[in-house]
Amino acid sequence: MSAKEITVALVGNPNTGKSTLFNALTGLRQKVGNYPGVTVARKSGRCDCGDGLIVELVDLPGLYSLAAASPDEQVVTDVLLGSLEGSQQPDAIVVVLDATNLLRNLFLASQLAELNLPLALVLNQADVAHEHGLKIDTQLLSQRLGGVPVVLTSAWKGEGIASVRRAIAEVLNKKTKLARLTWPAQVESGLETIVRAVQADTGRAPSMADAQRILFSSDAHTSNRLGWKLSQRETVVRQARDQVRAAGFNPLAAEPLIHYAHLRKVLDGVTSGGAGKQGNAAALDRVLLHRVMGPILFTGIMLGLFASVFWLAKFPMQWIQSGVDFLKSVAAPALAGTPMLQSLVTDGIIAGVGAFLAFLPQILILFLFVGILEDSGYMARAAFIMDRLFSWCGLNGKSFVPLLSGFACAIPGLLSTRTIEDPKARLATAFAVPFMSCSARFPIYALMCAAFIGPLYGPGWESVVMVGMHCVGLIFAVPTAFVLTRFILKVKPQPFVLELPRYQMPKPRDVLWRMWQNAAEFISKAGTVIFAITIIIWALCYFPRDAQMAEKIRAAEPALSTHELQARTQAAMIEQSWMGRFGKAVQPVFDPCGFDWKITVGVLASFPAREVIVSTLGVTYSIGKGAEADSQHLRQAMQEAKWLSGPRTGAPIFSLAAVLALMVFFALCSQCGPTIATLAQETGGWKWAAASFFYMTILAWIMAVVVYQTVIRIL
Amino acid sequence: MTPLSQLLPGQYGKLTSLNPERAVDQRLMALGLLPGMVLKLIRRAPLGDPMAIEFGGQVVSLRLAEAESLIVDVAADCPVQRPTKTP
Ligand SMILES: Nc1nc2c(ncn2[C@@H]2O[C@H](COP(=O)(O)OP(=O)(O)OP(=O)(O)O)[C@@H](O)[C@H]2O)c(=O)[nH]1
Ligand SMILES: [Mg+2]
Repeated sequence: MSAKEITVALVGNPNTGKSTLFNALTGLRQKVGNYPGVTVARKSGRCDCGDGLIVELVDLPGLYSLAAASPDEQVVTDVLLGSLEGSQQPDAIVVVLDATNLLRNLFLASQLAELNLPLALVLNQADVAHEHGLKIDTQLLSQRLGGVPVVLTSAWKGEGIASVRRAIAEVLNKKTKLARLTWPAQVESGLETIVRAVQADTGRAPSMADAQRILFSSDAHTSNRLGWKLSQRETVVRQARDQVRAAGFNPLAAEPLIHYAHLRKVLDGVTSGGAGKQGNAAALDRVLLHRVMGPILFTGIMLGLFASVFWLAKFPMQWIQSGVDFLKSVAAPALAGTPMLQSLVTDGIIAGVGAFLAFLPQILILFLFVGILEDSGYMARAAFIMDRLFSWCGLNGKSFVPLLSGFACAIPGLLSTRTIEDPKARLATAFAVPFMSCSARFPIYALMCAAFIGPLYGPGWESVVMVGMHCVGLIFAVPTAFVLTRFILKVKPQPFVLELPRYQMPKPRDVLWRMWQNAAEFISKAGTVIFAITIIIWALCYFPRDAQMAEKIRAAEPALSTHELQARTQAAMIEQSWMGRFGKAVQPVFDPCGFDWKITVGVLASFPAREVIVSTLGVTYSIGKGAEADSQHLRQAMQEAKWLSGPRTGAPIFSLAAVLALMVFFALCSQCGPTIATLAQETGGWKWAAASFFYMTILAWIMAVVVYQTVIRIL
Repeated sequence: MTPLSQLLPGQYGKLTSLNPERAVDQRLMALGLLPGMVLKLIRRAPLGDPMAIEFGGQVVSLRLAEAESLIVDVAADCPVQRPTKTP
């Protein structure tokens, strides 16, 4: 039997640096960012506290008060009470505080004292406090709070980490507890009334912290958890609250009033200097949140972001393409003896995976910019600017961060809906998240822009179309959310109390790490999902082979040159392959969108993961071409592709109408297995996941038809 | 006695009362916005709503509809961020 693992929980207000400290202590890499609500779930790691003491450290979402409202805040209270499945109460709590705003941060610490667990305080961001000229007497603070260890750190710089390890060891050793405040006598007796009543009913005395939740909070969460009988509650709670009123407090306001009054005394003489120094926020906000300049800069930043992604990725993209071409030129002759293997390697794997990997530089640069925006403190401002639009469609102001994360990937976006209190508002936001143009849609937009929009209209239009495509999802998400919140779910208006963090220079280490993590994910996808689907698509396009195909064509048209004959044979081969037959059977469904059977194949193959479209087009357009097919070829082949039959015979397949329809289809369609699974998990069932899938897919088809039919008539 | 929503950008106000029944007000109290506290309306968002208020050394956004229940005494120009006596 192994010894029970010692667990220590990191608790604190949002955006104080808990995850940064967690990373410094464990050597792990949790996501950090300069806005409240980055961490939304419990994460744990091992932390060495010296002398062979190894503890399990738990990183938690941030919260302002133990009166937890949203699911991510409830995770914290559940962990602290040990009521989470398969976990026990932590052995100690490390409260992480923002040293520049001790009063507010201590409110939570003071509430935590009521849990009666061993506790230490870490005053983080000491570097900023120092910059502001703020001095903190940690010894005096520790003394006033009952002798708990108080450590000053700059987690980001790695300063004070060793003292945190020592403090953890000390807390576990000495079981130091934060001094509880002295409640007014009537309040204390009100609390005792509740403790007695609950004990009489359930047989177990609740903790002081639980009694306070019952007395001070309007929800019944705690009473329910304790299993307190409904019939008993009302009179007892009313009685207890009358006692609070007798002390001169509104029961719902008593807790912060009493804590803050107590903490002002605690802090008296502990901090000095730093008054009035608000840092850079005011000056920058004057510009970035200006009535006119604010929205202009917001739009400019978004446009600039996409333009520079294109511009900067151009050369690295060419290098990757030449690398892919080089691989092909090596592989093709080497495998010349075995035509099937040659086709698998060059037309299948290298063409398919290569077409996908070519977008790695764009993904890297995209996440570089997103990381810079996130770490600078601008994200919360963007939420501030955009909130009006959200409130109009009944969404929470807090919907902004999930929706914004959705632009990188829907899954973290869906997870971050946990910061939203109201379950219905959460659901509505989760439903809107997959509409956001995630980075998996990026490759198809980029391919279409590079092959058609750029050459036809110039590079300026490339970014305009790119930004436009990123707006399409938003344009449909807003009315969808509107209908959902107003008429289907009937969501009450949600409060939007968001702290605007201070601005800071983005930290290269954090930004680069995020970039790398996303790149690693992208590459590993290339090696797994994309690789597998590429091979399947290749096989379906390659088989069955008709060995007599060339002879048949020559017999029908003896005048063909060798080169033409070869091309015709290849075209015929792929048309009568499994994929060709299947694509042609399904193509009528997509005919009104202007998709030919090859695009249809791509669309269908992309349902598990939408980025598959690029590699699928790579395979279908290069199969049979062998070493001739360099990466310019995919663009060229698409540019030259013509309708071979039907009413559009001779017209280019990729007309502007079809290109736009294809992009709109990918902007709206629900083509991501993991998103559907996460949606089901987060909304507690398949009902909403299925609704999302069918709604988005049908909407995508309708809009693709509308776009194609409209544009084709105008031009 | 003015609702916070009617404060002009740049104006200071001393909070006289709020409605503890409301979830928003409970949030704000947890952040330290209690009766007697002086706050400043920094600005409205470009589209007019929400607004950014500053108190106790922090900047927080708040929607106009949510600011209705917060009643303030408009102070001329009072940069003091200290609350007076708590009730
Ligand atoms: N200047 C300075 N910044 C810091 C320090 N520690 C963390 N930060 C920054 O503060 C921001 C928030 O850090 P996180 O670690 O994500 O904060 P958190 O408490 O985990 O936040 P949530 O998960 O949202 O509750 C990041 O931008 C960090 O880079 C520090 O010691 N000094
Ligand atoms: Mg965190």
